[in-house]
Amino acid sequence: MSALRRLPELVGPAALVVACALLGSGVSGSLQPYFLDTLVKVSIVVALYVFIGNSGVLSFGHISFVALGAWTAGVLTMERSAKPAIMPGLAHFLLVTNVGNVPSLALAAGVGAVAALVVGLPLMRLSGLAAGIATFGVLEIVNNVLTYDQSIGPGENAFSSVPQTTGIWQAAVGALICVAVAFVYQRSRFGRMLRATREDPAAAAAAGISIYRQRLLAFTVSGGLAGFAGGLYIHLLSLQAGSLYLDLTFITLAMLVVGGSASLLGAVVGALAVSGLDSFFSAATNGVDLLGWHLTVPVGTAEIVVGTLMALVLVLRPSGLTGGRELSLPRRRRRAGAPSAPEPAA
Amino acid sequence: MTVVGFLNLTWPTFANGLALGGVYALMAVGIGLVFGVLRLVNFAYGQLIMAGGFALAYGAQWGLPNWVSILFCFGVVLALSALLDQLVFRPLRTHSPAVMLVATFAVAFLLQNVALLAFGPLGKSAGSLALLNQPWDIGGVFVKKIAVISVATAAGCLALLQLLLTRTPVGLHMRAAAMDFQTARLLGMRANRVIGGAVLVSGVFAAVAAVMLSVQEITVTWTFGLQDTIYVLAGVVLGGLNRPVPATLGGFAIGFASGILGGALPSSQSQYLPSFLFAAVIVVLLVRPNGLFTRGGGAVERV
Repeated sequence: MSALRRLPELVGPAALVVACALLGSGVSGSLQPYFLDTLVKVSIVVALYVFIGNSGVLSFGHISFVALGAWTAGVLTMERSAKPAIMPGLAHFLLVTNVGNVPSLALAAGVGAVAALVVGLPLMRLSGLAAGIATFGVLEIVNNVLTYDQSIGPGENAFSSVPQTTGIWQAAVGALICVAVAFVYQRSRFGRMLRATREDPAAAAAAGISIYRQRLLAFTVSGGLAGFAGGLYIHLLSLQAGSLYLDLTFITLAMLVVGGSASLLGAVVGALAVSGLDSFFSAATNGVDLLGWHLTVPVGTAEIVVGTLMALVLVLRPSGLTGGRELSLPRRRRRAGAPSAPEPAA
Repeated sequence: MTVVGFLNLTWPTFANGLALGGVYALMAVGIGLVFGVLRLVNFAYGQLIMAGGFALAYGAQWGLPNWVSILFCFGVVLALSALLDQLVFRPLRTHSPAVMLVATFAVAFLLQNVALLAFGPLGKSAGSLALLNQPWDIGGVFVKKIAVISVATAAGCLALLQLLLTRTPVGLHMRAAAMDFQTARLLGMRANRVIGGAVLVSGVFAAVAAVMLSVQEITVTWTFGLQDTIYVLAGVVLGGLNRPVPATLGGFAIGFASGILGGALPSSQSQYLPSFLFAAVIVVLLVRPNGLFTRGGGAVERV
C-alpha cells in the first residue's frame, strides 16, 4: 500500500522527462538540440540533487565529476585515427584503448563515483562554509588539470570528433536512469538516514546514524550519476574544459534551487523550467519568431534572465517552485483505532 | 638579486607578492565585515570591484583627472553596495547561510552578464593610472610603484578600520553584532544602520581594491575580479571567517603565495598554481576546519 502511494514520487518526474523527450522528437531538427541539452541538464541536476537535496550540504564540486566523466567517455570512444590530431600528448594507454558507446557511459559513471569517493573520504568530514569552499577547491583543481594536462585529453582545445551518440533516445533513457537511481536511493534506508541528518543532525546522530558515512555514500552515488551525465554530454557536444566550469556550476545550481532542492520532483521541474527559459533566450540571440514578432536579444540575456529568476526565487520562495514536495496521491483517512506510526512530513 | 635560489625569487617578485597580498587582505576584510554582521558570504564582491574598474575605465575615456575618476569609482561601488544591501541582503537576512551564499552567487553572475551586455566581451581600458607600473629605485632594487602604494594603502586602510572598530560607537555596534546579533539588537543596536554601515565600509574596501587591481591589470572585462574573489574567499575561509584579523591574514597569505609563486615558478609549473593553492587550502581545512589563525573550537556553522 505504502509502496503504491509512493509511486507518484517516481512516476511524476519520469513522466516529465518522457514528455520532454516526446516533444523533442516531434520538433524540427533545428530545435532538437535544445531538447537534448535540456535532458542532459536534467541528468546533471538529478545527480546534484542526490547529494545536495538529501544531505542539505552545498557542493560546488559536482561539475568536476561531470567533467571527469566527459573526459573518460570522450577519450575512450574517439576513433583511434582521430586521436593524435586532437590530443597530441595523449598517454599511450589511452591512445590504444577504445570502447563502445554504452561501456563508455558505464566507465564515465565509474570514474565519477570513484573520484567522488576519493574526494569525499576527507571532505565529508567538513561541514558548513568549509565544505562549500573545499568543494569549490575540487572544482578549481579538476578544471585546472583538465585544462593543462594534455596526456589525458585535448587540454584547452575543444573535444571534437567524439561520436555523437546522444540522440533524443539516449538522452531520455539517460535522464530516466538518473531519476530512477535517485528514487531508489532516496527510498532506501540510506536515503532516509541521510534525510534525517538533514532535518536534525544532532537527533540523527543520537539515533545512531553516522552522518559522515551517509554523506559519503550519497556523495559517491551522486558523483557516479554526475560522471554518467558527463558521458552523455560529451556524446552530444564537443565540449572544452572551460564549458565544464563555473557557468555550468551556476546554471545547474540555479536549476536545483529554482525547482526546490529538497525533492526529486523539484530537481526535474527546475531543470526543465530553467532550461526552457535558457534555451529560449539562447535561441533568441539568433532571432526567433514569437506570435508574429521577430525577437532578437543580445548575448548574455539568457544568463541575466536566469540570474534574476534565481535571485527572485531565493528571496520570495527559498524552498523553490515545488516547495521541496514530492508528488503524492491524496492521503486517505486511516480507520480509527488502526495502529499506525505518524507519517513523516513529505 | 636572488633571495631563495631554487625558487628564482627576486626582490621585485617579493614586492609584487606583498602588493597582491595587500589587495587581497583588503578584499578579505570587506568580505569578513559583511560576514560578521550578516553571516553572509558575499560571492558578488568581485563584481563590486568589476563595477569600480569600469568606472575608472570610463573616467579615463572621458579624460577626467585621476582623482575625479577615483572618486567616481568610489561613488559607483558604494551605490552598488547600498543597492545590493537593499534589494538582496535585506530580504535574505533571515535565511540560512547556504541560501544567502547561493543568492550572492546568482547576483554575481547577473552582474557579470549585465556588464557583458553593456560593455561587450572585450571590456575597456583603464589606463590612466598605468604610470604607477613604473619602477622606483629603492637602494638598487627596482620595485613597481604600485607595489609600494598597495602595501602602504592596505596597511593604512586596516589601521583606519581598527580605529573605527575600537574607538567609535558604530564600530562597537558592529563588533557586538558580529558576536551575537540577536542580543545586540535586544540591547538597542539599530540593525539596519549597523548592517548598512558594514556594507558601506566593505564597499569602500572594494573600491580601493578596484583602483589597485586596475593598475596591475589595465583591461577591465566582465570577468574582472572574479578569479581574485574566488582566491580571497578561499583565503578568508582558510584564515577563519569568524574574526576580522584571521580573515585578513588568510587573504594576505593567499595573495602573497600566489603572487610569489606566480612570479617565481617556471611557466610549465605556474599554470598548475591554482591546483597547488587549492590543494593547500583543502588540506588546511581538513586539519583546521575553523581556520588556520583562529584559536580552537568555535561554534559549528550549519550550512
